[in-house]
Amino acid sequence: MRSGLAALTIATSLLSAPALAEKDELVIGLTQFPANWHPSIEAMASKAYVLSMARRPFTAYDTDWQLTCLLCTELPALEKGTAEYETRPDGGKGIKVTYTINPKAAWGDGKPVTTEDVLFTWTVGKHPQSGYGNFDLFARDIVAIDVKDERTFTIHREKPVCTYREINDFEILPSHLERPVFEADPANYRTRSKYETDTTNPGLWFGPYRITQVEPGSHVVLEPNPTWWGQAPAFKRVIVKTIENTAALEANLLAGQVDMVPGETGLPLDQVLAFEKRHGSRFQVIYKPGLFFEHVELNLDNPALKDLRVRKALLHAIDREAISKQLFDGRQPVAHNEISPLDRVHAPGYATYAYDPALAAKLLDEAGWNQRRAGVRHNAQGERLSLEIMTTAGNRSREVLQQVLQAQWRQAGVDVRIVNEPPRVLFGETLDKRRFKAMALFAWVSAPENIPRTIFHSSMVPTEANNWSGQNYAGYRNPEMDKVLEDLEHVCEPDANRALWAKLQRIYAEDLPNLPLFFRADPYILPPWLDGVVPTGHQDSSTLWIETWKPKG
Amino acid sequence: MTRFLASRLLQALVVLALMSLAVTVLMALMPGDPVDMMLAGNPRATPADAARLKALYGLDRPLLERYWHWLSAALSGDFGYSRLYAQPVLTVLGPRLLNTLVLLGASMALSVAVALPLGVYAARRPHGWADNVINLFCFAGISVPVFWLALLLILLFAVELQWLPASGLGPVGGESLVERLPYLVLPVASLTLASIGGYTRYVRAAMMGELRQDYVRTARAKGLGESRVVWRHALRNALIPIVTVVALEFGVLFSGALVTETMFAWPGMGKLIYDSIMGNDLNVALVALLFATLTTLVGNLLADIAYAALDPRVSFKGGEG
Repeated sequence: MRSGLAALTIATSLLSAPALAEKDELVIGLTQFPANWHPSIEAMASKAYVLSMARRPFTAYDTDWQLTCLLCTELPALEKGTAEYETRPDGGKGIKVTYTINPKAAWGDGKPVTTEDVLFTWTVGKHPQSGYGNFDLFARDIVAIDVKDERTFTIHREKPVCTYREINDFEILPSHLERPVFEADPANYRTRSKYETDTTNPGLWFGPYRITQVEPGSHVVLEPNPTWWGQAPAFKRVIVKTIENTAALEANLLAGQVDMVPGETGLPLDQVLAFEKRHGSRFQVIYKPGLFFEHVELNLDNPALKDLRVRKALLHAIDREAISKQLFDGRQPVAHNEISPLDRVHAPGYATYAYDPALAAKLLDEAGWNQRRAGVRHNAQGERLSLEIMTTAGNRSREVLQQVLQAQWRQAGVDVRIVNEPPRVLFGETLDKRRFKAMALFAWVSAPENIPRTIFHSSMVPTEANNWSGQNYAGYRNPEMDKVLEDLEHVCEPDANRALWAKLQRIYAEDLPNLPLFFRADPYILPPWLDGVVPTGHQDSSTLWIETWKPKG
Repeated sequence: MTRFLASRLLQALVVLALMSLAVTVLMALMPGDPVDMMLAGNPRATPADAARLKALYGLDRPLLERYWHWLSAALSGDFGYSRLYAQPVLTVLGPRLLNTLVLLGASMALSVAVALPLGVYAARRPHGWADNVINLFCFAGISVPVFWLALLLILLFAVELQWLPASGLGPVGGESLVERLPYLVLPVASLTLASIGGYTRYVRAAMMGELRQDYVRTARAKGLGESRVVWRHALRNALIPIVTVVALEFGVLFSGALVTETMFAWPGMGKLIYDSIMGNDLNVALVALLFATLTTLVGNLLADIAYAALDPRVSFKGGEG
């Protein structure tokens, strides 16, 4: 019996023995598998993470949150003459912006990346049946493209926007492979594209790596792309495994079957904090606060929340610093405004609301909620100060935070009831149609220098009349804020633009259309031998710089 | 027999038609429009964009019209494309189905193979120490949550002992059965340990009932050996309820095991059905659920046929089993 067991043990270990990853191979664990591979049809964090190893956008925000050229040679600029205001044929004011494709850029099959690809990409993007979600950029924002030569082209944009240099979403397609597919049947292009039918075709990729194997739902293998023009990548193979259960993903890390888990779509912060305490000595753990703005959305149609004094009192009544320390080990910085302090356009000097229970009580008294019965404040009409708070059911971190907020508000005499819903219902129905009664705890994600027009402009309040479009779920309306949001799009002179950003942050802090809580930190777990991984903290993946990742020493 | 089969086939078609309509209606009633959800992350998307995409995906048409369109195409063998995966539905389903069959087929075969002798052994010596140990093992298997058991197995065999891989279908580039076999061990063990208990309890109960029957006493009185009495006579009759249970489980073979698949990163039907429902991918959800329904119906049909083989009193004459 004993010898049988020993034999089984030896046989099993010989058969399986998951060899420790060699240093020329990197195994990355994600919690989500990309559903499809076309770079512009259906946006997904895991897809962006993988594709950023195999292709490059023209422009992107780097790890210092500065716009940079990745596929182009130089960022266009008004002062250099590569960007120029112009009068559109209809008499309106537009801007033309010239880019040059890196002369060494080539698809994985050796064909150069040219302006032919640029024109084809524009044709696909603006076709109403191509299935593109960012139709706005291709069909409305870009009104024409002039080709100068094989590498240089000029984009004519409809409006002279201050972000004219940025074409992060213009994901170039290989016309030599995709054109026949698209022209044969534009309506079915999204399913017939070679990105879906022939994903490992080298001609689809032009990054430091190219996709060489896809096992749906399980893993993707990437190998160095011989036509890559930049710094040679260090690994002979990068394997991206999907393990959706976070406990199983953690076990895979410990078993050495996954080398790293990135913050883009990896483990939640609370799990990583616990992981670091137990196994921190075996890994490098990096926390990168970013652009996920965790906040309490307020329904400003709620009679109590309409009163600015109540909104201010709610913020003064919660100790965000202590919550950050207790729940997030201080890794998640407190947010005082919608704009991250890491953003270039952040302008300190706006009002902030420190934990001050006495001031909270005073403000509530002034607002008429001055009678306490059974610990809950009531107004002169005998109405209870009772509010409902919702969040995404199943998000452990938010559910714990919600309970702490409830307890702290209770101490201020505010009765808060928790009503949670699955994300699909909360975002698909309740928020979208403004059916939340008082408060909702969730995060906005934006980009550096992103103008929060859809969130704060009065025209963006979802209503039945506008088919529930817009994300101003609060129902916030302030003509002064509307004006700032509109001006920010076209007042580009640096000092004036900075002043507008400062004004926006000041108005936000004075009006408190929502309650700022934290800027979410993305946790990265890396092996001790890996060097060069720099989290971005914004929507552009850290893998856009994967060629700098290498084993230490 | 032919009449019986024809009648069952007709019943199956009606069930499938009703099921397809029910799935379509229920998915349409789910909160959250798929296009709105798709565009939720794009602050620049306009109502016109949403309308354009809804038209492109056919979501602007009335529900029944969409259903009729799908049904007509499906009857000619075209099950459409997956909205989420941008692939033909059968291309998406094929590999997942194979993975699920391998995982659940191995687990079911192993469970039945272990449960039969265990259940028979326990039934022959009811309330003895061996029966008590077997019962304890069964109740533990039934009671332990699958995800917890899976995690325990991963921690023990993959993290601590490092004998087996923690998850995945196989080594990258490894296609052979020998290379893939170790990846099957933990998920199959986790499913099998959880299901042996149930099967063993069924076998034990059925066998205890049979062993008390007169024909068993007569067989023993006639001087037949105990093993012949148990394995040839009693077990054959005890198998009828067990076949029913196994047949009902047959449909599960094709609908996957969501928790185990998620824990062991085993891309199977359970996860696919879950993702397609949550992602509002109607074509995939519809075909996958219909397939699971069909296999449950086939399992029941096979059970009926097995009854006749096991019990000569069962006949298909008159169209009834």
